[in-house]
Order: sequence, then C-alpha cells, then structure tokens
Amino acid sequence: METISMLPPELIRMVIAVIIIISFLFINAIMMGYLERKIAGHVQRRPGPMEVGFHGILQLIVDGVKLLAKELLIPFNVDRTLFRVAPLLSFTPVILPLLVIPFSEKLQARDLNLGLIFIVSMGSVNVMSLLVAGWGSNNKYSMFGAMRAVAQSIAYEIPILLSMLAVVLMCNTFSLKEIVGAQEKIWFVCLQPVAFLIYVIAGLAETNRAPFDLPEAESELTAGFHTEYSGMGFSLFFIGEYTNMFIVASVATVLFLGGWHGPHLPYGEYLGIVWFFLKVYFLLFLMIMVRWTYPRVRFDQLLNFAWKYLVPFSLVNILITAVLIKL
Amino acid sequence: MLESDFQERNRFFLNMGPQHPSTHGVLLIVLEMSGEYVLDPQPVLGFIHRMHEKMAESRPCQSFMPNTARMDYVCALPYNHGYVSLIERKAGIEVPRRAEYIRVITSELNRIASHLLWLGAYLLDLGAFTPILYGFDDREHILDILEDITGSRLTYCYYRFGGVSRDIDDKFVDATRAFIKRLRKRFVIYEKLVTKNIIFIKRAENIGIVSPDMAIRYGITGPNLRGSGIAYDVRKNEPYSVYPEFDFEIPVGEQGDCLDRYMVRVREMEQSLRIIEQALDRLPEGPVRGKVPKNIKLSPGDCNFAVEAARGELSYYLVGDGTGVPYRLKIRVPSYSNLSCLPELGRGILLPDLVSILGSFDLVIPEMDR
Repeated sequence: METISMLPPELIRMVIAVIIIISFLFINAIMMGYLERKIAGHVQRRPGPMEVGFHGILQLIVDGVKLLAKELLIPFNVDRTLFRVAPLLSFTPVILPLLVIPFSEKLQARDLNLGLIFIVSMGSVNVMSLLVAGWGSNNKYSMFGAMRAVAQSIAYEIPILLSMLAVVLMCNTFSLKEIVGAQEKIWFVCLQPVAFLIYVIAGLAETNRAPFDLPEAESELTAGFHTEYSGMGFSLFFIGEYTNMFIVASVATVLFLGGWHGPHLPYGEYLGIVWFFLKVYFLLFLMIMVRWTYPRVRFDQLLNFAWKYLVPFSLVNILITAVLIKL
Repeated sequence: MLESDFQERNRFFLNMGPQHPSTHGVLLIVLEMSGEYVLDPQPVLGFIHRMHEKMAESRPCQSFMPNTARMDYVCALPYNHGYVSLIERKAGIEVPRRAEYIRVITSELNRIASHLLWLGAYLLDLGAFTPILYGFDDREHILDILEDITGSRLTYCYYRFGGVSRDIDDKFVDATRAFIKRLRKRFVIYEKLVTKNIIFIKRAENIGIVSPDMAIRYGITGPNLRGSGIAYDVRKNEPYSVYPEFDFEIPVGEQGDCLDRYMVRVREMEQSLRIIEQALDRLPEGPVRGKVPKNIKLSPGDCNFAVEAARGELSYYLVGDGTGVPYRLKIRVPSYSNLSCLPELGRGILLPDLVSILGSFDLVIPEMDR
C-alpha cells in the first residue's frame, strides 16, 4: 500500500475537502429533511410545509434556529458525561465514510485501498452511540430502544457485508474508485440484482429507518433512545441519521449503480458528481417513500428476516457469483 | 432452571401510560416484564372519570343529553340513540317513522366515521403514518355532512325525545349519496395499502387470539366478539328502531386474532353503507318529532335499552322514582368489558404484540371511565 506523503499541497487539499464535506453534511440534512417532509405530506394527501418561504423551503432553516435556541435539558440522575457525549458520538462516525466516497472521477478526498472495509467499520461504530445514548438517559424506554438498536445493527451488518462481497468478488478490489471504474461498460445492478436488493434492505435496517425503525418506535417506546434529548442533541442525532442514509445510498450507487458514470458532460471528470447525486437522491427518495408506506415490523420478525432470509440469500448469491467468475 | 433464574432476575415493571402515544386515551397499564416479554399486564382506569352517572342522578333527564355525546366522543350518535330510546320506552313516547330513519342513517354514518378513525389509529400504533391521514380525509366528509344538520362535528346532541331536533334536506341526501360512492372507491385504496400489506398481516395475524369461550366469559361484545366467530349483533339479535326493515349482514371472523377483528370492522363499514343506501331510498315523509309531554315523569321502576355502538353493546339501565330526575342511571359501556380480558390475554406476549392487541380492540378510554 503506497503512502502519499502529507506535503503541504496534499494537506491543504485534505483540509479543504473535510471542510466542504462537513458543510455539505448540514446542507444535505436540511435538504433531506425538507424532502422528507414534503414527500410525507404528499403521500398523506396534504401539502407539507408551505408557510415559511416559497412552498416551505426555509422551513428546515427555521427549525434549525429553533433547535439551537432550545434549552439543553439534562435530566436528573443521568450519567452526565455519557449523556452529553452520545450525540457527538453519533455524528462523528458518519462524517468519515464521506472522505472515501468517489463523488466523481477527480473528486474524492482520499482513495483508500480498503475503502469499503473502512465504511463498514464506521457503520459499526455508529451503533455504539445509540447504546451510549440509551444507557446515559437513565430511562427504561431509552434503554429498550438502545438494546433493540444494537441487536438490529449487528444482525443487519452481515447481509450488508455479504452483498458488498459479491461486488468485490467481481472487481477484485476494495477501493471504491476502482469499483466505479470497473462499471464503465455495465452497471453492477444488472449483474447482481439480488445483492442490490439485499443491500438496500439491510441498509435501511442499518440506519434505523422505517419499516425497521424500532429503536425510535414512537408509538411503543415514546421516541426510544433519544427520548431525553432536546435541542441540539436531538438535531445531532437526526443529522447523523440523515447522513447515514446518504452514505448507504452513496455506497449503493458506487457499488451497483455505476457511481458517477452517465451520459457525457463537459468537464466530465468533475461534473460526474451531477450523475452521482441524481442517483443518490433517487435512492433516498425511494427510502423516504418506503418509510411512509409500510408499518413497522415486530422485533423478532426483524431479526428472523435478517438471519433466516437475508443471510442465506446473500450467501447463495456469493456462491453463484464465485462459480460464475471461475467459469 | 437457568432460564427461569434468568427470568427472575430480569423482571422489571414498566408503566405504559397514562400518557402514551398508543393507549387510546388516558389508560395506565402496569406491565410486569421480563426482557421484551410481558408477564402480567394490569390496566388501571379512572384517570378520566367525570362522574356522568352522578350527573344523571342530579338533573332532569332532558339535561343529560349532552353528557351522552361526551362519553364516547368518537361515536356519539349511538350513545344519543340509546339514551333517548330509553326515556321513550320508559315514558311511552312515540317516534315518527321519518325520525327513526334519520336516526338510523346518522348512526350508521357515525359508525363509519368511528371505524375510519380506529383504522388510522391502529395503523399508527403499528408504525404506518399514512392511513390515518387517509382515514381522516374520509371522515372530514362525514363530519361536514353531519355538521350541516346537527350543528356539531364531534359531540353530537342531535336526537331528542320523540325524534330528532332538525329535519334533513335534499342537500344532506345528495351529499350522503355522493359520499357513499366516494367511500366505496376509497375502500380499494385501503385494501391495497393496508389489507394486502405483508408487514401489517405479519403484525396482526395470529396475534391476540380471543377464543369464543373467553369472549363470552368476559362479556366482550361488538366487532371483538364477532371476530371470534360468534355472530351476535344487537341490531339483529335484539332489534330496535327500524333496523328489522333493512337487509344487511353481520360479518364474522374465524379465529379471533387481530386480523379477524380488523376484517370484521372493514366489512362492517361496507354493511353500514348498505344500510344507509336502503334508508335513503325508502325515506318516508312526515314529522320528525313526536308528541312529548311537557314534564317527563319517570315512573317508579326500572327500564333498560341496548344499542349497538361502534365498539359493542351499549346499554342504559334506568331506575326511576316518580320525578323527572332519574334515581339511578347505569351505563354499560362496551370498552370496559373488552379491556377486561387483557390480563388473561396478555400473559407472556411481546410488547409490540400488546400494542397491536390494544389497537385491534378499539378502546376509547373516556367511555370506559365515564
């Protein structure tokens, strides 16, 4: 593995990339929040936010201001350090995967040889923040939500890994840039439809989105692991969740939908990002639609689904892929 | 040995309610839990007891009308119906036929509105955020129709002793017919969104099975009883008003699980539409209020009247003492008996299943507490 020495030009480039990515995160959270509320509204036969700004565009900004101004309540008898640290813990591991995702041919902060493994490992760290939040809230309901979240995340990591492995078997590399490069002729979704489906479903479960949103099951556990959070803590959890969704969608785009490949554009090496975002937001749109259509699965049904259906299917998929590659 | 030891050490108590998003009203259920399993649910009532029966004993029988609507505000007209029919039976007041038809039409409209709200709330408990808004959209039409003639949107006080307070006009008839057509088309959407939804079926099938024997032991009535396979409906078994003149079926389930109760209610909505159609077709002309004596004196002795509310059999029991103020008015509400089987039914189930069972029972706590 070659190391790129951190010369000043490279260092400046990294710093700029990180700044852009973090600011993009917040913008993305705002856009996705708006998108979600509008889609939810139209699915439910109502217009969604309309008051603030033209058709409610400024709604999320106003919400952000409100959340910033709220009192940061710390309930009595909680573990203060854990309680305060949990939102930060949920926000940090979702920034890092964005550094390795190739937004377009020349726009990638850092192309690690093991980019894919890095992303999956950050996803696992994500779970810890839920557990810390649930425990630190000193609340039975929050603890319930946290325990469910841990079991769910662990169970669904395996189908994610296995479906990614199918793609890796075909490309012989973990580096995301090369995986996108290998999709010049044909997108992998055509070659691996099963893996794509399994990845999207398991990704939904990994980000705790409905129909797998048990950790925050409103009607059963009154907001689950983030019951006790108000103001900025709450919004950090939500920015973390939206960013996680974005990462899942981006990885699906990179692995299956051909990344930044698309009809030719001038400055194609940089403007490939347009196709990338189109594909990612299409997947996000699907994810949001699914949330407002389906009820919640029961917890044991959730785990059953992972262990008895997704894992065997993805294993068989890998087997078939390996056999076909050998031939 | 180890398993029960583990369970012993893992027991804890969890309070579900009184403020909780999925107990429909202020209901406290004290759950003794072990992990995710509920070992013993004990409901605690009385958080919204408003002494309606005491109020009935303290004022003339005419003044009790608004109270009837506030007991079960979701389905208020059958409550009205039971009370006015009770006093009419006691005091021997005759009701003109047109008034009876109007009562049946509005009661059935209210039943549909109640079931639509139940459907939305049940699915909201299960985590589907959309059907409740579709249900409320349909309910708005019913509420608009009823608002025109009754004056209220939720707590109707429309019936009077001897009839109804206002006559219906052509606008009402046309609007109701248009609504019936619209709702039949909307049922297709509900069918696709909910009834055929695999996740919903998995959350509702084989959950909370109430055997017919258990249902009879606890006095469960209404769609919950019919979901268990017993075809008992007050409109057919103890007919009142003009129900014998209409042709409708009583949908019955087979197993008694949540899905059966759901299907019974959905089909009941269709049957209510049938009743309304027939009533509108045969609506007789005539007065809408019969002759009512100036001062109603309730003769000493008791009297009973039962109606089929949206949740089950609602019956009023009156003991008069010769004055215009009842000596005792006892209201038997369906939700009270429906809830009473929860400790036996909820032993050893998972918490999400408890939520599903509570939702499928269609409980309204204010009517339980009165």
